[in-house]
Parts: sequence; structure tokens; C-alpha cells
Amino acid sequence: MNARTLLTMALAAAVAAGPAVTTALAAGEMFVPLLVYRTGPYAPNGIPLANGFNDYFNLINDRDGGVNGVRIAFEECETQYDTKQGVECYERLKGRSPVLVNPFSTGITYQLIPKAPGDKIVVHSSGYGMTASADGRWFPWVFNFPMTYWSQASAFVKYVAQQEGGTDKLKGKKIVHVYHNSPYGKEANPTLETLARDLGFELTLLAVDHPGQEQKATWLQVRRLNPAWIYVSGWGVMNQVAVKEAAAIGFPMDHVVGNWWTGTEADVVPAGEGAKGYKSMTFHAPGHGFKVHQDIFKHVYDKGKGAAKREDVGEVLYNRSIINAMLDTEAMRLAMTRFGNKPLTGEQLRWGMENLNVTEKRLEELGMKGMLRPLRMTCENHEGNGTAAVQQWDGKKWTIISDWIEPMRDVVRPKLEAAAVEEAKKLGYVMRDCAKEK
Amino acid sequence: MTDLLYLVAVAPFTDMAGSPAFLVEVLLGGVFAGLMYSLVALGFVLIFKASGVFNFAQGVMVLFAALTLVGLLERGVPVVVALALTTAVMVALAFAIERLVLRPLVNQEHIILFMATIGLNFFLEGFGEMVWGANVKRLDIGIPDRSFIVRGVQINQLELTAALTAAVLVTVLALFFQKTRIGRALRAVADDHEAALSIGIPLKTIWVVVWSVAGVVAIVAGVMWGAKSGVQFSLSLIALKALPVLILGGFESVPGAIVGGLIIGVGEKVGEVYWGPLVGGAIENWFAYVLALAFLLARPQGLFGEKIIERV
Amino acid sequence: MIYREAGQFKTSYASDQAIFPIAQDRAVVLLALAAAFVGPPLLASEYWLQAILIPLLIYSLAAIGLNLLTGYAGQLSLGTGGFMAVGAYAAFKLTTAFPQVSIVLVFLLSGLVAAGVGLVFGIPSLRIKGFYLAVATLASQFFLVWLFNKVAWFSNYASSGTITAPDRAVLGVTVTGPSATASARYLTALALVTVFALVAKNLVRGRVGRSWMAIRDRDIAAEIIGVRPLRTKLLAFGISSFYCGVAGAELVFLYLGSAETQAFDIGLSFLILFMVIIGGRGSILGSVLGAVFIVLVPIFLTNAPHALGLRLPVALQKQIELMVFGGLIVFFLIVEPRGLARLWQITKEKLRLWPFPH
Repeated sequence: MNARTLLTMALAAAVAAGPAVTTALAAGEMFVPLLVYRTGPYAPNGIPLANGFNDYFNLINDRDGGVNGVRIAFEECETQYDTKQGVECYERLKGRSPVLVNPFSTGITYQLIPKAPGDKIVVHSSGYGMTASADGRWFPWVFNFPMTYWSQASAFVKYVAQQEGGTDKLKGKKIVHVYHNSPYGKEANPTLETLARDLGFELTLLAVDHPGQEQKATWLQVRRLNPAWIYVSGWGVMNQVAVKEAAAIGFPMDHVVGNWWTGTEADVVPAGEGAKGYKSMTFHAPGHGFKVHQDIFKHVYDKGKGAAKREDVGEVLYNRSIINAMLDTEAMRLAMTRFGNKPLTGEQLRWGMENLNVTEKRLEELGMKGMLRPLRMTCENHEGNGTAAVQQWDGKKWTIISDWIEPMRDVVRPKLEAAAVEEAKKLGYVMRDCAKEK
Repeated sequence: MTDLLYLVAVAPFTDMAGSPAFLVEVLLGGVFAGLMYSLVALGFVLIFKASGVFNFAQGVMVLFAALTLVGLLERGVPVVVALALTTAVMVALAFAIERLVLRPLVNQEHIILFMATIGLNFFLEGFGEMVWGANVKRLDIGIPDRSFIVRGVQINQLELTAALTAAVLVTVLALFFQKTRIGRALRAVADDHEAALSIGIPLKTIWVVVWSVAGVVAIVAGVMWGAKSGVQFSLSLIALKALPVLILGGFESVPGAIVGGLIIGVGEKVGEVYWGPLVGGAIENWFAYVLALAFLLARPQGLFGEKIIERV
Repeated sequence: MIYREAGQFKTSYASDQAIFPIAQDRAVVLLALAAAFVGPPLLASEYWLQAILIPLLIYSLAAIGLNLLTGYAGQLSLGTGGFMAVGAYAAFKLTTAFPQVSIVLVFLLSGLVAAGVGLVFGIPSLRIKGFYLAVATLASQFFLVWLFNKVAWFSNYASSGTITAPDRAVLGVTVTGPSATASARYLTALALVTVFALVAKNLVRGRVGRSWMAIRDRDIAAEIIGVRPLRTKLLAFGISSFYCGVAGAELVFLYLGSAETQAFDIGLSFLILFMVIIGGRGSILGSVLGAVFIVLVPIFLTNAPHALGLRLPVALQKQIELMVFGGLIVFFLIVEPRGLARLWQITKEKLRLWPFPH
């Protein structure tokens, strides 16, 4: 048999065997697909996100025996942060009848939003995704609590105003937005533009083209403008280079604020000392000093089931992901109080998400007191009443340095509702009447 | 209409004249960035010159070299030893590529060899990440990424060092090609494979040598780019920044890679800073290609390219 | 054994020049086509349709388009992703501006728009060749993607910056948009690929195709015998871009549903080029086979450890998958540089003589 015949036969076999999908779900389990990216250019961000989910679900299963006795089955699928691979993963894991998906990529979220109502799967894009989907009247299946990009941008402006000593002091101040030239990066622009008009600061928008390895021109422009504050919306390698370039031109680092996807350990490490003082937005506290982390160490890591390295527990994105997992399981728990302690359907979980109310007391029980603010969802408002904070890198770790900042909901919400109408119209949705929902 | 004309044709120049110090900064930024592109383009040129292979995997080789170096440093290997080991790894890689990829594909069309390097690209991506992990790693080469100011012009130390390194590397390579026995053999192979073979130049050895040299160039490029952004997967994407340099400078010319890099670097920075805002910015990526393309239309063989480009 | 053409005599030039001159071939192809139209919508799961077959068909169409340019006319292009983006955005603009126009017509019109853009970006091919041209076509790739990203008009000023396929029906059946079934979208894609593959096959057998091949094989000689390089090359760019444009429109309307420019990045251009080279340059069937290979092999590699009961960490699995995929490409090129189409041809020849090879 020569090589060519071998090749022909191997190819034929591969095509015939094809994508054999194994599906097995034990009774009394709920399945959650995890679309992760542990490889590829975005892996530095994807790894802690994936680990947090694994650890929190393992904690729930091992410590509590699941959510009210219903164990959570989960399986990772590697997307490389690529939309098409994400869709493939979603379709493949749909065979195991999930009722919830956390896409962890804005691109994949956009793919899943139109599918959600038909598949009856809740899409939870926690702090990313489509801002307009925060209007629950138009997008019943999509949730982006605790906050949207627009609320975040308004919280940033509020923070700057605080630092400058009042909203009136913003007048004439120069603020630069350095953003990834993609729909994600542009998200903050309309909000910042509106606020610049209202509050009278000078806004300059500087786009960085994907992937953002070379930003010399952008930072030369920043140097010439010499702004008071810089807001960065980056992702992937753009983050590390932006932090490094800001330090290299000698810009005061405590006046550079990243959005919450531009403020992780991986983003500041390459810049070393230069990154000291760099700030970023966040909606939760970093670090592993909370009780939930002790539980994770005890019930997951001490049994050798930890997904991350022990010292990586408590990284910014790790915490973000356990909070995301906590909110998901809390919604399940709530839905079970109404529908019984058995695996939920998509509609039931959706009810749970929509009526979610995580109180201060509940956060304490969960071991997350102080890690984030209490959160409450309604039928209309799928971003909830989340608040943001500013954290700072001191060369070794991130620490929260501001109070919790309420976003300017009065500015953001009307714009958001207008956008929701426009986006929903494209999908042919009709508005539901929240007054009729119980 | 006249407004538009003014914005495009007059305003940027008055802007330049208005703040000459800033213009110098932009030009310097372009020169430094350009030399960084040249570092990557050099690897392409070396391989194309000697074996006619458009090595798409050069970007991944940069990544792989940087990952290996940082991985060794993280495990406590002293710098000099780590550099030596990384060089050894790149040479071993050259041997493996010659034996497993080039030799079986000898005499195939260029596009097939190009495709094979894309296969190699996939392999090295997976392999590098499997061995060294996907996290961002800090690479500290002991030169602070700080700036100093000379007559109102800000200069970055790290970039200055990178530029000097690139300059030294090119000089060394040029000498290597012109003065040494192997260098002459390389040029002979580039001119005519068969003639070179017939006078007893061992083709296989030459291939291993160029791929090894390209590997060493990849280490330098990896260190310089890695010091900027941290060593991470995205390093492999810098190959895309080197391509316009290649068409401008010619696939077969070492000085072309350098001069091409400078033109592209300066061109795209000046374009982005002075004309970018007119259309909303972030034009660098395509502007470099358009610049190269415009140049190419006027001079199809590239800056220093040989007149006959029908070989591909 | 299976193939016996004995007794089939050609009595006219037309029958001698048919695409499938052997009766068995015709029968097999027609049966296969009928099976493709009937089988998957009845049998395949939504996963198969949505995640494998639909992208497969769309990529096939794009690969046929690129094969016309690269395989037949010999012009190496890496701008495929950009031309597909033109098709997608043109289709989106057209169908939102004129909702009453049939979506099939919209696809064709957006193909024409892409063809126009392709003509413009094909102009450098008159001066430069080979890898220089390949890199030069990257200019169109980067410029077009930047343009669609930058100018909000292209996405109808959507706050999200993405384009979304609206519901559109053909003959009363919804084929695009969120409420279209996977089967309907599959059938639309299949019908388009079938028609365009047939058109392409006839194109390359005719005067146009022969002039492309003349330019590819020896441009100077071609010029001497009266093939005009300007027209021929531009025509190749135009028609190839038309195919890519239709494929790009399908990518958004039949497969992804909504997309941002990232979906048309340089990776897509390379992907389509792989399909052409792996499938076989200068072969319409090869383009389809190449798409099958590039789509199915990674999915097979992802699922193989699962099927064997191996539970590898996903990251490791992906890394192994990349290594195996890369290795496979090199191995493949060494064993059969002329691609899958050539393998298929050899298999066919063997089957013809089997079981008496001599």
C-alpha cells in the first residue's frame, strides 16, 4: 500500500467517521456549555475566565451537591475566540440540551442572540455583548447584567469628575478615548460623545486597528494632545501595548483608565514597573481574600480538582467569572423555588434570571460580601442596577481605590431603549408588555 | 471642494511646519517602527533568496523563538545559556524542516512550498503553545522602556536599542553574504540552483544554513517585539506588518528589507498622524499596503528587486 | 468493474464534449445531487446542517471563485475575504433598501458589486505577478475591511456596528434571517452552489477558460496568439470576485445571521486559499473537495478523542489538533501536490479497471 492509497483511505475514513457527537446526560443534572478560549491570541484572558467557571461549578457540586440537589454538568469547548468556531461549539453542545450559555465573546453573543428565542436558551453576556439587549421588553432571552458598556463609560466620566473636583470642572478638559477599531471598541463612543456635549469636555477618539501591536502613531497623537485623562477600550495584545506605550511616553499612569476588559494582570505584567498606577474600571473586587475563595481552596483545590494554579485564584478575570457563575446559579436557585428542585427548562431559568435579586445578605452567605454590590433584575431592565468602581495596579496587585459609582442611568437608559427598538426591529421582534408578566 | 482640498493638501503640511519637533518625533517613530518591521522582513528575505520559498511561518518562528527564550529564562536558566539553547533549538528546527518538509518537496512549484510553510505555521502554533503555554510572559531585556528628551524631541530608549540592533544585524548579514564562503555559496544558489549544484555546492547544507540564520533573526525579532508587548501568541501576527516591506523592498534583497522598512514605517506614521484624522484614523494597516502597492505599480521589481520577477 | 464505458459510442461532438461523457458518471452525479438535495434536510441534525454543511457549501462557492482566479488564470490572490465582505455588505444594503426585491436577485446583484470592486483591485495584476501580486491583493483585504468598519452607512448606522440578515422568503419559504429553518438555508445554499458550479464548469471549458489557462501557462505566448492580457486578467478578477461576493452574502444571510467585519478578516482569505490548493488548482470539483477537507478535518480531529473515550483538556486537544492539521497539510502536499481532485481522479481510474488492473 503506497502513501497515496493510505492517504485516500484515511481521508475517506475521516469523512465517514465525521463529527460523531457523544451525548450523555445523567438524570437530574443541568448542562451548561462553556465556550472557552484557552488557546490562540486571546488565551491570556480566556484562561482565567474558563478556570473560574470550572472552579465555581465544582464548588457548587462538591460542597452543596449541586444547586438545590441538582448537579451542574458542564463541558468546555474551545472557540479560540473565533465566531465561527463558537457557533460550531454552540450547535454541537446544543445536543446536550442546555438552557443557558455564557458566550464570553461579543462576536459569538451576536450570533447567539437571534437563536436564543427559538432554542429557548438564555444568553448571559455578563458585562459585554449587545448593549441594547439590556432592554428586557425587546430581548427577553438576553441578559447583560451587572452592567453595559454605556453605563460603564458614564461611570468613568463620573469618576473623572470626582477626581477633578466636580462635574463643572470637566469643562474644557481634554479626554482621549483609545479604542480597538471594532464594534466592541466603539461601544463607548456614543455615550462619551453625548456626555462631552452635555458636560463640555473635549473628546478625541483615537482608533487602533486590530490587532494593535503597533500603536506608535496613536500615542504620538496622545502626546501632542496632552489630554487630562485617557480611557482605553482594548482587547488582546492591544492592552499590553497600550499600557506600555502610555508608560513609554511618560504619561501619568494614574490618569489612564482602561475599561473592565482592559485591566487584568496579563495586561500590565509586560510593562513591569511602568504600569504602576494604571487604573481600570471594574464591577467587582479583585484578590482571593474572600470567603468564597477559601471555600474554593478547601473544596476544590485541596481535592486536586482545581482548574487554575493555586496562586492564580483571585485574578481579576477569574473573579469576574466566578461572579458570573454565581449569578447564573443564583438564578437557577430562584427559579427552583418556584418550579421545583429539578432540572429547569429555558423558560423557567429565564424567569429566574429576570427576577434575580442578590441581596447583601445573600452575598454574605455566598462568601462574596464586598466583592460586588447587591444586584436586582427586572423584566424591563436586564442590566440590573449594577455599579462600577475603579481599581489600580500597584505593581503587584490590583486594588479598588474608588467608591462604588452609580452610572448615569438617566443619560444612558433613553439611548439604550432607542437602540433596543432599532436592533429588535432588525430581528423582527415585538415588544412584550412587562406589566402582564408575573 | 476647496475646503477638502485644503484639508488634504495644505493643512497637514502647515501642521508639520507648525511644530517641527513633533514632526521629528513622528519621523523618528516611523524609523524605529520601520526597523522593527525590517527585522521580521529579513527572515523572509533570507529564506526566499536562497531557497525560493515564501516562508509564511516566519511570524510563528518569531513567536516560537521568543517563547523558547522566555520559557527557559522563567525556569531560571542564565541569559547567555538560554540564548545559546534557543539558538540550538532554532538550528534543530532548521534541520527538521529541511529533512521533513523541503527535501520531499524539492522541485515543486512555489505555491506548493508556500502552502507547506502554512502547514508548518499551524504545527508550530500548536507545538509552541503546548510546550510553553498560552499566557503573556514578560520579557525584560534590561533596557528600560523609558524616554528621554533631546531638544524637545522624545526618544524611547528601548526603540533606539532595537533600531541599533537591527542596523548591526543587517551589517553583519550583508558582510556574511558578501565576504564569507558560505555567503558566496548562498548567492550562487539564489542565482541558479542547478549551476550551483553542478559546481559542488551542497544544496541541503545551504538550506539548513539559511533556515538557521532566519531562525536567529527570528530570535532577535522575537526579543525586540516581545519586549514591547510581552511574549504572547499575537507575536505571530507581526508577519503581516512585514509583508508590505517585502513587496516594497523586493523579496530577494537584504538592503531592500531595511530601506523598505524605513519607507513603510515613516510613511504609515506620517499618514496616520497627519492624514488619518481626516478619515477617522486607524488607517496604518492598509495604508502601508497601499503605499507599497503604489510604489510597485511604478516599479514592479520593487526597490532593489531583480528585474526578472517572472520566476514566481 | 463499476466503470464500463464499452459500447458507449459518441455520435456527435456535443455528446463527446459533455461534462460527464460516461453514462454511469452522469447517473452517479445526478443521484449524488438528488441525495444532497433530499438527504440532509430529512436526515441530518441541526448541528450537521448549521455547523457543517451550510458553511461547507458557502466555502465551496468561494473556493470555486478563487480557483477560477488562482487555479485557472494563475493570479494568486489573498483578497478573498475583502471581496466576500463587499458581497455581504452590498446584500445587506440592497435588501434593507429594497425589501421587496427577491433575495436571490439581491445575492446576484451583490455579486456584481463585488465583481466591480474586484475589477478595480485586479488592476495591479497587469503590472505585477506571483507573490508580489498576492501581497498586493492584501491591500484590498485590509482596506475593504477597514472601510466597512469605519463608515457607519454600510451597517445602516446600527449602534452595534454589525449587519443582521432580515427575514426574506423565496417562493413563500423563509430562507434568511432568524426564523428561517436550517433546511431552508441549506437548500438555498446548495441550489446556488449547484448552479454556479455548473456555470463555472462551462466557463472554464469555453473560450474564456482557455484564454485564462493560456495566460496562466505562458502569458507572453498567450499574448502572441491573440489573448489580450488586460481583458483576460480583469475578467478573471471580476468573475472570481462575483463568486466570492455571492459567497460572502451567503455567509451572512444563510450561515452567520449577523456579522461584523471581523468575520471577513485575513484568516478567511487564507482559509479559502487552502481549500483551493488542497482541493486542486484548476478543478471545480477540487474546490468543493478542498472545502470538505478544510471544514471536516478539524471537526473530526476535535471529536476523535471524544469518540475514543479520551478526555483531554480542551487546550491540549486544540494544540494537538493544530499540530496534526499542520502536519497533515505538509504530508498531503508531499504525497499529492496536485490536490484532492487528482486523488479522486486516480481512484476513479483504478475503479475503472478493478478488479483486473492489467
